[in-house]
Amino acid sequence: MFPCLKLRKIEERLQCIQEFDRPKVKLEQYVTPAHLGSHMLYTIQSQYGDIDGKLVADLGCGCGALAIGAAALNASLVVGFEIDQDALDIFQANIEEHELYNIDSIQCDVLNIPERFHKQFDTVLMNPPFGTKQNEGVDMKFLQVALKLSNNCVYSLHKTSTRNHVLKHADSLGAKGEVLAELKYDIPATYKFHKKSSVDIEVDFYRFVVSR
Amino acid sequence: MKLLTHNMLTSKCIRGVNVGYPLVINIIRNMKLFTHNMLTTKCKKGVLVGYPLNIKASDIRISSVDFNPDFISKIIPKIDWPVLYSAAESIGHSENLPKEAPPEDYETNEDFLKIAHKALLEVEVVHGELVCPESGRKFPINNGIPNMLLNEDEI
Repeated sequence: MFPCLKLRKIEERLQCIQEFDRPKVKLEQYVTPAHLGSHMLYTIQSQYGDIDGKLVADLGCGCGALAIGAAALNASLVVGFEIDQDALDIFQANIEEHELYNIDSIQCDVLNIPERFHKQFDTVLMNPPFGTKQNEGVDMKFLQVALKLSNNCVYSLHKTSTRNHVLKHADSLGAKGEVLAELKYDIPATYKFHKKSSVDIEVDFYRFVVSR
Repeated sequence: MKLLTHNMLTSKCIRGVNVGYPLVINIIRNMKLFTHNMLTTKCKKGVLVGYPLNIKASDIRISSVDFNPDFISKIIPKIDWPVLYSAAESIGHSENLPKEAPPEDYETNEDFLKIAHKALLEVEVVHGELVCPESGRKFPINNGIPNMLLNEDEI
């Protein structure tokens, strides 16, 4: 066990993160729910010590729930990568609100991150687009980038229904994947095409260890 | 903006404002030099190296970040030192930074680690732009966020 902020404290932090004003279907913008994000961050730090004092990346950081949580857990520096200006504006407002100074952000396409970042990060966090609708396969592209950026490990969420595929894909990229938990991702009706008021999606919380 | 200037500024000219002094400074987030040290424009068509990017900064800020000597000494070997030096110099914050390379005893040299800590994590560019050394393409830094997005015809 590693020293870690209390789970409740992390969740409180994440609860006051401002969400997307107008989420974009094309980018599969969903907020990481505070309950889910705090459990992820708590596990990553308390079980593996992979945040405190580490260089951390958040891919497709959106409004920055994971990045802000990691910064609050004393990452030496968190770098958020995000393509969408509107999301970054909210992210910046959240950073200021939380008075955290160990976060930096870059507006760029996650699939186009400069090679000089490869192997630089100790820990890569992401809640990637699940690759539904027109984005099929984008989740695996995110995973591929994440594994390149990390010199140690990657934490990510993927749909439970794709587990075999995810593990095989990681294996083919030279990484060892492990499902740490099965979670229910409660997605409130964000978009017009959602018919129910909220949908539970079953997701796996993964830890991938990168071969050195 | 210098604080002397800030000391003189008021918003009294706004209709209905009587005193308008002192003005509150809103802290804006910034790009750290660590991030600059990693950025390249190699993915752009026709660019072979695209490194280092020139910085034209119009706004700099120093923020306070917890000093973690272990982290800094671990990250030193990853840094392109001359690039860090010239980036710091170009924005006027190269004080006490060695020009060519870190000292050999850098892992135990706490004074040096503190200087490196400041340059890497505390000095920040708020507004400005990054310029590709090969194509001259400019990337704006707004509110501390460098915008590295390229148009489709540039990739």
